[in-house]
Parts: sequence; structure tokens; C-alpha cells
Amino acid sequence: MSHRRAVAPAERRSLGRPTWLPLLASHTFLILYCALALFPIVLMIINSFKDQLSIFSAPFALPNAETFTLDGYKTLFEGSNFGGYVINSLTVTVASLALILITGSMAAFAIAEYRFRLSPLVALYLSLGIMVPIRLGTIGILSLAVNLHLVNTLWALIFVYTAQGLPLAVFVLTAFMRQLPKDLKEAARLDGASEYRIYALTLPLIRPAVGAVMAISLIPVWNDLWFPLILAPGEGTKTIVLGASVFLGQYVNDYSAVLAALTLAILPAVVLYVLFSRQLISGLTEGAIK
Amino acid sequence: MKRRFPTHIVVFLLPAVAIYTLFMIYPLLTSLWMSLNNKSAADSPVFVGLANYVRLFTAPEFAGPLWNAVKNNVIFFLVHMVLQNPIGLLLAALLTRKLAGTAVYRAIIFTPTILSVVIIGFLWKLILNPSWGIAPGLLRAIHLEGLYQPWLGLESTSLVTLALISVWQNIGIPMMLFTAALLRVPTELFEAARMDGAGAWTIFWRIQFPLILPTVGIVAVLTFVGNFNTFDLVYATQGALAGPNFASDILGTFFYRTFFGYQLQPGDPFMGSAVAGVMLLIILVGVLIFGLWQRRLQDVQY
Repeated sequence: MSHRRAVAPAERRSLGRPTWLPLLASHTFLILYCALALFPIVLMIINSFKDQLSIFSAPFALPNAETFTLDGYKTLFEGSNFGGYVINSLTVTVASLALILITGSMAAFAIAEYRFRLSPLVALYLSLGIMVPIRLGTIGILSLAVNLHLVNTLWALIFVYTAQGLPLAVFVLTAFMRQLPKDLKEAARLDGASEYRIYALTLPLIRPAVGAVMAISLIPVWNDLWFPLILAPGEGTKTIVLGASVFLGQYVNDYSAVLAALTLAILPAVVLYVLFSRQLISGLTEGAIK
Repeated sequence: MKRRFPTHIVVFLLPAVAIYTLFMIYPLLTSLWMSLNNKSAADSPVFVGLANYVRLFTAPEFAGPLWNAVKNNVIFFLVHMVLQNPIGLLLAALLTRKLAGTAVYRAIIFTPTILSVVIIGFLWKLILNPSWGIAPGLLRAIHLEGLYQPWLGLESTSLVTLALISVWQNIGIPMMLFTAALLRVPTELFEAARMDGAGAWTIFWRIQFPLILPTVGIVAVLTFVGNFNTFDLVYATQGALAGPNFASDILGTFFYRTFFGYQLQPGDPFMGSAVAGVMLLIILVGVLIFGLWQRRLQDVQY
């Protein structure tokens, strides 16, 4: 009985799966590659909890009772406004994502739902930004921000990131909305629902695409250095990436402080990744190339 | 049937179109317009046609750095095309076979991609720095310590080292896109070939690869646009001067310096706009070539 059960999967393996030698080679290669991907990050985290001396004398050792210290983190919080930077980054990221999703889904609804003469033109106009990097308009953006008194405000970043994220968001959401069944919307129209009501009704149906758009838009916004550096370099509006880069420049020789800053700066991204990795991966694999 | 003016369509489109136009299209057009102007004796700028571009390509203080940046950017892009995309494809090919633990492998390999370039750049700078000694230490462990050099600090190696760091970080993107494309190839297509005794290698190159060719093109064009627009990594590790001695200067850092100035040279928004104009042209040409190639590919297939 148990013998037969063991044979069946083995037979299937010989058809669908590689045999053991390529299998071993594949796993070895993947494990080595994963080690290469993780070792700098692990090295950074473990050393951020050690004292200066052991960071240099035994960089690969885990912190122990003798070498463990939080001095790096202490220097970090005394020497800079890290909490404030995190709040700025969160504000900018959440507000931009919300604006991208609200305005993007409205535009996508209009393009997918109604047949009007300008519809293909509007879709083309909005999709220009998928390939043209918004950075090339930086000089125009800076003078616009000066004229609108947005320099050194988080609003400048929020609007720029919204404009940056909208093209792909509209593209992905339109493709998704076109696939929605028409019956529900027609039934609602017969009941006398307004077009705005119908838009609100479709929102719960596009949840998978919303997850994908959020995941795709989030990383470039959170990690950007260029626009914070140019539009909002003031102390009160620094994002975590800009704040970390300034701190790193000042504390270059204090390794425990530098490693603590690096560790804390990636922490929110890692938490978001763990929370959203499913949407992110499905978003990248399905949304991005449709 | 009488039709009302479709107010609701305007309401739906207006917020997105307004934000996008005001913060993306209008600034791009202003930049392009500025690149055709220059300072005048009076306060208002004066239209000079293509004079800024002529100056950019002929004046020694601009032409030298510009061509250096273009050349470096091409090398930066080639390193990605030669390493990042083929290795990404290999990882995707391995991860779409029925291996155990693919989800874990995929998540780990993608981790560097989600991290900030600034953090990644600085971290690698520490690791490669002789004073911490991680890189020489690792080489000593495999008895190759003679190979160690301060790669980021040498003119001959800093650009390629930066490109390798960028490959290390961004490999997750081609891996994901290739994975998606490979998963969409119907298994029946190569199950028959496998029955006939074709090996994995043959099946990959004869059946799977031709079918994912459009994705290969998309990955190439995304790499191209991303690379010719890179700034953060070089700025974070080498500063705006893209040292040593401009050896790692690429178009993004050249644009930044031209616009904001550096050391004794004052910034110049008009010349900066011209650099952005050149970058836009390079990117558009790349995208156009991709578009034409994709059209030819479709003609061949149908």
C-alpha cells in the first residue's frame, strides 16, 4: 500500500518534472542566487545591532551579549528627525496612491464604459506617460511648483507622483473594466441609477486590479530620491530616502549609526512588501504587460 | 434620439486629465520650450531656436561631458542587457518548472528590487569599501584575495561596478515579467515535444523562447528607458560629480549638474532643458525602434 503510493508521484515526476540531476543543479543555483540577493541585507541588519569594534573585527558574527548595542539607533534618533521623515514618506505615498486610484479609476471607467468620439484620443493622450519619464520635465515642474508656491510642501510631491502613476494605472484599470459583465450595469440603469452610482457599483468589482495598481505604483513613489531632492529638500518635508541620504553623508564614519539608518530606512518597505507581496507579484505578472 | 451633453463623462475624466496635464505634459512642454530659449539682457528669456543644442554638441565645456555621459550610459545599458535580462530569464525559466519552493525563491530574489536605490547604493559602497573589509574578507575565504581592488573608486571599474549593483537590485523585474510570459505558454505546446524525447534545452529554445519574444522586447525597452533615466544610484554612491573624474557620469547626473550647477559652475536652466531634450529624443528613438520591431514581429506571426 505505502509502496504503491510512493511509486505514483515518482512516475509523474519522470514525465512532468526534471530528473534528479538537473533538479539538484537548479536548486543549487537558486539557493546560491538567493544567498547573493540576501547577504548584503542580512549583513547590514546584524551589524546594526553591534558595537563599532565588532562591526570591524567580526562582521559576519551575530550580535551576542558582549557586542550587542543599540547605540547606532540612539545616534540616529538624536542626530536626525527620522520619525518625521517616515511620517512624510507615509503621507506622500498614501495620498499619491489614493489620488492615483480615485482619479485613475474614474478616467478608466469613462474610457471603458462610454463610446464617445474623443475616447481613443484621451486614452492615447493618457498613455503617453507610460514611456516618457516624468523626470525629463523636472525644470518645468520646478518652475510650476515655484509659481504655485508648492516648493517645500508635500503637495508638490503628491501631485507629481500622481501624474507619474496615472498613465499606467488608467491603462491597467481600463483593460480590467472592459472585461466586467454588462448585465449588472444595465440592470442598475433600468432601475434609474445615475452614472455616478454605477461607477460606485463597479468599484468593488475591480479590487484585484486595484491591488495590482497599488503595488506597481507604490515602490517608485516610496523609494524616489530625485523629486524630494529638488522639490522638497526642506527639513520639515524630507522623505525617508532623502533624510537617510543626508544622514549617511554626515555620519559616514559612525558605522553603527549608518547601518542603523540603512536598516530603519528599509524597514517600512520590507513590511509593505510582506503585506502586499501577493498583489505585487500578481500585479507585475498580470497587470504590467497586458 | 436626442442626446444630452455628457456632463458625467467630463466629470469622470477631468481630475485625471487635469493633474496629468498640469504636472506632467505641461512641464515637459515648458522644458522643451525653455531649451529653445536663453537669457537675454532684459529679464525675459529670448527665443534662440536650436542654439542651445548646437552649443551642447559643439562647445567644449558641454560636448565633452555630454558624449562621456552618453558613452557611459550605453555601457551601463549594455551591462544590463548582457547580464540582467538573460539571468532574469534563466531564473524565470527555472522558477516556472515544477520545482519545490518557487514562491519562496521568487520572493527572496525580488527583495532587493523593492528597496530604495539610495540604501542599496550606500550598502554596497560599505561592502566594497576596503576599510570595512567585507569584500576582501569574502575573497580571502575562497583564496582569491589578490583580485580585490577598490572597484568603486577606480576610474576603470567604477561604472561597471555601479551597473552590476543595479543589475543585482533590478533583476527581479525581468524575472517577474518573464515568469508571467512563460506561465502563459500553454503546456500542451511542449508536452508533445517532451513525449517525443526533446530535452528541456531544446524545448526552451525551440518552443518557449519564440513564444515569449514580445516580452523579451518589452523587457528590453523598459531596461532602455529606465537606464537612460537613471540618477539615484550614481548620485547616492558617487555624488553629483559622478566620480572618480566623471568616470561614472551618466545622462541623469549630467542633467542634474547642468541644471543646478556644481562647484564653481553656475546652474543653467536653459542648457539643462536642452540636456533633457536630448534625453527625451534618445528615449523616444528607443521606444520607436521597439514599436517598429514589435509590428514586424506581429506581421511575421500572422
